[in-house]
Amino acid sequence: MPRNPFAAAASSPMSRRLFLTTTGALSLGAALTACGGGDSSGSSGSAEPVGQADIDKAMKTPTELTFWTWVPNIAKEIALFEKKYPAVKIKVVNAGQGTPQYTKLRTALKAGSGAPDMVQMEYQAIPTFTITDSLLDLRPYGAAELKDRFVDWTWGQVSGAKGEVWAIPQDTGPMGLLYRKDIFDKHGIDVPGTWDEFAEAARKLHRADPDVYLTNLAANQPAAWHGLLWQAGAKPYATSGKSDITISVDDAVSEKLGAYWGGLAKEGVISTDPDFTDGWYAGLNKGKYATWITAAWGPAFLSGSAKATAGKWRAAPLPQWDAAKPNAGNWGGSTTAVIRSTKNPIAAAVFAQFLNSDPATAKMFATEQFFFPATKALLADQEFVSDAPSFYGGQKVNQVFADVSATVDPSFQWPPFLDQAATDWTETVGKSLADKSDTVAALGSWQSRMTTYAKNQGFTVKGS
Amino acid sequence: MTVTTPSTAEGRSRPGRPRRHRSAGPLFVAPFLVLFVLLFLAPLGYAAYLSLFQTRLIGGTVFVGLDNYVQAFGDSQFLHGVGRVALFFVVQVPVMLLLALLFALALDSGLLRLSRVIRLGIFVPYAVPSVVAALMWGYLYGPDFGPFAQLSRNLDLPVPAFLSEGWMLGSLANIVTWEFVGYNMIILYAALRTVPQELYEAAAMDGAGAWRIAWSVKLPALRPALLLTLLFSVIGSFQLFNEPNLLMKIAPDVISSSYTANLYAYSLAFTGQQVNYAATVSFLLGLVIVIASYGVLLTANRRRTP
Repeated sequence: MPRNPFAAAASSPMSRRLFLTTTGALSLGAALTACGGGDSSGSSGSAEPVGQADIDKAMKTPTELTFWTWVPNIAKEIALFEKKYPAVKIKVVNAGQGTPQYTKLRTALKAGSGAPDMVQMEYQAIPTFTITDSLLDLRPYGAAELKDRFVDWTWGQVSGAKGEVWAIPQDTGPMGLLYRKDIFDKHGIDVPGTWDEFAEAARKLHRADPDVYLTNLAANQPAAWHGLLWQAGAKPYATSGKSDITISVDDAVSEKLGAYWGGLAKEGVISTDPDFTDGWYAGLNKGKYATWITAAWGPAFLSGSAKATAGKWRAAPLPQWDAAKPNAGNWGGSTTAVIRSTKNPIAAAVFAQFLNSDPATAKMFATEQFFFPATKALLADQEFVSDAPSFYGGQKVNQVFADVSATVDPSFQWPPFLDQAATDWTETVGKSLADKSDTVAALGSWQSRMTTYAKNQGFTVKGS
Repeated sequence: MTVTTPSTAEGRSRPGRPRRHRSAGPLFVAPFLVLFVLLFLAPLGYAAYLSLFQTRLIGGTVFVGLDNYVQAFGDSQFLHGVGRVALFFVVQVPVMLLLALLFALALDSGLLRLSRVIRLGIFVPYAVPSVVAALMWGYLYGPDFGPFAQLSRNLDLPVPAFLSEGWMLGSLANIVTWEFVGYNMIILYAALRTVPQELYEAAAMDGAGAWRIAWSVKLPALRPALLLTLLFSVIGSFQLFNEPNLLMKIAPDVISSSYTANLYAYSLAFTGQQVNYAATVSFLLGLVIVIASYGVLLTANRRRTP
């Protein structure tokens, strides 16, 4: 599953899994008893703008808001908000990271009680919650005016079909390549500019040293696959209206990707170990993988997880399908959304906007949590882009990814049932990579599994 | 209440006492009944109720009668999950109970030195939460860094693929056996301690040796306890969830979201948002367990009365 790696770094893998399992077991009972109640339709679904007087009044009324987030040490950012609006108190709850949090949220929403006012939400999860009318449109609270402050494609990701603003971008993950300069130098490999060169380098490296793979394409990481699809210009999902969906995860672009990666896996010149596991961390540390195809949060994450290899890594843009038209995808990053059932929509909406667009808090995310920023101002901030960590041999890594961020395609869309899509990917495409079986055929199974699911859920499905 | 004085026996005509007897019984049972209804019957009934509906992302909730059950009976993912845990039960449980029995008999024989330490040592894995156990074994099984893999690499032997498709069920069985041998051993050992010493003395008088006593005296005495452990194992095996759910993270290509029936119900509810169908699958899984338990009881009882 897509993840925010910073939180992963903050909590040990064991406690994370422990948490996942125990909460899963607990919430199963809750969900079974919670079902049957209709969707809680909350206050204010209209797009009528809220007047400044109302906003001022709300922000001066003593209020307590609950915020679910897995950002470590977010209290510092919250303190800035509470300093500006002393009447509003924020209660922070860590309800798990990514999927476990969404599971809890869904349960609370179905139960009709226990849902927070604001919630951290990854870009890809937004459609999964707007399909159930769970998020508040932030336009009436002035969110639309923030559009120009954020990177264009992030705004595309939080915007609805009718121009709704479902969330405020917090951090992003434009994709790039981290590589081991020492291994490349030793085997005389140049940083690949195209995927063809990348494939040649993979063969050359593995032939020269059978213990080393040019990269690891994790068989359990649908988010990385989606990022690569995104880079290749695929449009795997398209929704129009509420109930029409086009699923084309086995179209020509996807097949190209399937043949390429499936082929490299079959040849055995790349590995397909599950990522964010003990074995994968060990592999990064002992030089089993010469590159990591990752996102802008990767550099900070890696410097915490592969300390043994400090100074040996460098960053580069992803290899290209068409070197003349550089393109990037995105993997990860998250937003702050407001839950529609909140009793204090104004204060909650103001909080979501302040937290991510106020220059001071936004900068704090970049300097305290090492998040990769979503605001244009920070991406151009000299202090930010000129940072040259010694882990990367003094390279200006942030500059590399800031350049990449400008080339992310703004029109990529996520399906309204992401969890299912991700599980189906792992059990078809991911499995084919791990088994070294036919990945192109697996794309077909992925397509048909998702089509069946969507039809069962009442969607009108158009396929590729 | 329990002391039977002569007056109770002859005092049937007296109005006070029998009524007190009658009113006390339900009072004693009431706390259990309340919990039973609240924590067992109510959720069960609710699951049954839920399983008659279908909630869709588009179109809301509709009553579908037994459609979900019809679907489940033809659902290969569900059937394979049940088949897999049935196989698991058939292979793992005899091994586990046999080991537990051997340990219990060995401890009871009094021939072991340090028997208390050994008893505790065998029991300790049960005290380790199954989540932790699965994580620990997941590390031990690791194909790159696990100690078994490193050892065999150092000895130039092929690396055992504990996490591969062919070995996975065995690897899971090993974890579960490790966890529960001690627990079952304690039940059996406790049962052995209640066997009257006179029986052993009588058997010894008749010239029985240690093996003969174990076979002809101890084993028959253990039958009820063995049946109990067997029933616990039926329930445990068919609900297998924690171990595969955790190993799924390190072997996503082997353990699918429907690897066991319980895991399938969980994925349906939380990945697919198909709560109603998840209720159906859970309900059917419960039914399978009831049938399997009943089958075990039936065969055991038939053997007892020749």
